[in-house]
Amino acid sequence: MEPVNNPDSLKPKTKTELDNANTKLAKKMVWVAAGSLLFAFALVPLYDVLCSITGLNGKTDNAASTLTKAKVDNSRNVTVQFTSAVMPGLGWNFYPKQASITLHPGKIETVLFEAKNITSQVVVGQAIPSVSPGIASVYLKKVECFCFVNQSLKPGETKVMPLRFFIDPALPKDVSEMTLSYSFFEATKK
Amino acid sequence: MSATTVAHDDVHHDHPTGIMRWLTTTNHKDIGTMYLTFSLVMFLVGGAMVLGIRAELFQPGLQLMNPDFYNQLIGVHALIMIFAALMPAATGFANWMIPLQIGAPDMALPRLNNWGFWLLPPSAILLTLPFTLALFGIGDGAIATGWTFYPPLSVQGGIGVDFAIFAVHLLGVSSVMGSINIIVTLFNMRAPGMTLMKMPMFAWGWLITAFLLVATIPVLAGAVTMLLTDRHFGTHFFDAAGGGDPIMFQHLFWFFGHPEVYILLLPVWGFIPQILQTFSRKPMYGYKAQVYSLWAIGALAVVVWAHHFFTAGMPVPALLYFMYSTMAISLPLAVLFFCWIKTMWKGSMTFETPMLFAVGWIILFGIGGLTGLVLADVAADAQYHNSYFVVAHFHYTLFAGGIMGIMAGVYYWLPKMTGNMYDENLGKLHFWLTAISFNLTFIPQFFVGLAGMPRRIPDYALQFAEFNMISTISAFALGLSQLLFVYIIIKCVKGGKKATDKVWEGSEGLEWTLPSPPPYHSFTEQPVIK
Repeated sequence: MEPVNNPDSLKPKTKTELDNANTKLAKKMVWVAAGSLLFAFALVPLYDVLCSITGLNGKTDNAASTLTKAKVDNSRNVTVQFTSAVMPGLGWNFYPKQASITLHPGKIETVLFEAKNITSQVVVGQAIPSVSPGIASVYLKKVECFCFVNQSLKPGETKVMPLRFFIDPALPKDVSEMTLSYSFFEATKK
Repeated sequence: MSATTVAHDDVHHDHPTGIMRWLTTTNHKDIGTMYLTFSLVMFLVGGAMVLGIRAELFQPGLQLMNPDFYNQLIGVHALIMIFAALMPAATGFANWMIPLQIGAPDMALPRLNNWGFWLLPPSAILLTLPFTLALFGIGDGAIATGWTFYPPLSVQGGIGVDFAIFAVHLLGVSSVMGSINIIVTLFNMRAPGMTLMKMPMFAWGWLITAFLLVATIPVLAGAVTMLLTDRHFGTHFFDAAGGGDPIMFQHLFWFFGHPEVYILLLPVWGFIPQILQTFSRKPMYGYKAQVYSLWAIGALAVVVWAHHFFTAGMPVPALLYFMYSTMAISLPLAVLFFCWIKTMWKGSMTFETPMLFAVGWIILFGIGGLTGLVLADVAADAQYHNSYFVVAHFHYTLFAGGIMGIMAGVYYWLPKMTGNMYDENLGKLHFWLTAISFNLTFIPQFFVGLAGMPRRIPDYALQFAEFNMISTISAFALGLSQLLFVYIIIKCVKGGKKATDKVWEGSEGLEWTLPSPPPYHSFTEQPVIK
């Protein structure tokens, strides 16, 4: 790669031509960068769509499912465990009344959760469900849930809240256990 | 480095002198020098922080600092080393060497270049200022989430998180501008006759890095912006209370974060083969294979991100996909390793300091790569995740693979940049001190990691005490050895044996056809490549 003086076929661009070409390519690259910034924000709805189809992130449908027409599958049992958490900033006690339930897919069951406001103010909370393994989340169908709406508790009030749900019989055969977790967040309007 | 370039200023140009010269310069060599100097300073700052971390880990229990401050050091150390030490060093070399290597008079967009550099010092200040503010009772210190900004911790954190977010914005703008400049330079400014496939390997490494930066840095900027609006403006991108998902942040972050690893390494993979060929006195083996491998790695880099959080929960098909695609990266990388070794094969090798660093780099970076292959295994990762094994792995790739590679480049090009030879004996001493203390620092961390010591925790179980003690003592040796590095550079800048134009017996390429140091305006007559 020794420099040689052989400019016959090689015509260097003029200064202006070069400057224009540089500006043009630089502008294109700015568009690429702007495109990837847009892509980052586009990933948010894409991620939500992907998750609601696949249940990737363990989110369940936050709306009432209609009663199943499928038959109860008496041939298998599924165990659903319940866990609860109260997020920082919410002065509540909150726990499931039973640790787990074993049920046949297709059968509607009711379990109870209890929340108590231990502060001296009216507090509004919102429960966010999550199912593990994530793949099972789309098969857990809720008929009625305290998580569909905000829950408001007066000072010292205790509330027993029902969850009516069933497991879709289409649940993959290799899933025999799942965990339904509720985290209560503060939702008081400030 | 500054003193010597001044001496070669062209007489017929008016340049501002003193501080104004450096503030207003659009000369690629001046800007390269500023990038490299900034990088060296921040390398020492980040190193000092990690010595604080290692001092705390010298013994089990909490001796020197509270866990909050420890976490702040962890996060800022990583952010500084990645964004303010490694990346600017690579950009500094790009500014200095790419125009020289491709026969261009300067970078394509000199003003943008100046701006790109001057965004760095403010961002470094933004990163470290919260430490100082905390001393005056303002805020609770710097970002304490680790460099990964994971929510919910980053949503709940103090003002340090906001400072870090704005610092990342500035750093992102700076590196996107630097990348655009490099892309434009490489496409438009090559000397006549230099086709893309005749470009030096360093230019190739940087071209792919620049594309990765333009494509992924904005995603990080977007993710931290969402974090900012979650923190202050009531959005719920990552806040589960409002229906957001913290895991989504991990996807966004690592969509940037994994290519970032290659962004840090690709420039090094560019110039290491040039060093190997110089000191083996043989043409580079497998030029085309190397170029294609670099592209393959660049392409794979953007589709493997989720291996950083296998344990966060993913369906099995996704786990398998990310495992196999990650492992697939080892194929082009193996091609590169083969080419590097084959370049040396039966060459007339001599072991000057750059070559020592380059050969040591191959071995140590190889260890980093192989331990990464282990981490890519979903089943094994369940044990290794978030352990010191990971810490040791990425220091083998980023300290050995990144910083020791950069050091090889510094010794290789320093005579060209300053016109003076560095002190060869001290250089060799620096290599051995660095290589030995580096291994003694991080090999014990593989062991404690396998035994279950978690990362980012200031305290640990008693059975890890001996290994941590070895690690801490060696880390201090490693840190102090770098003062020797600084001394060697300063000594070389101030004077020494004059370097010839070619500097090394076996050096090839346009940068070695210019005087050492090169004149302020490099090519008065445009070179033509046959």
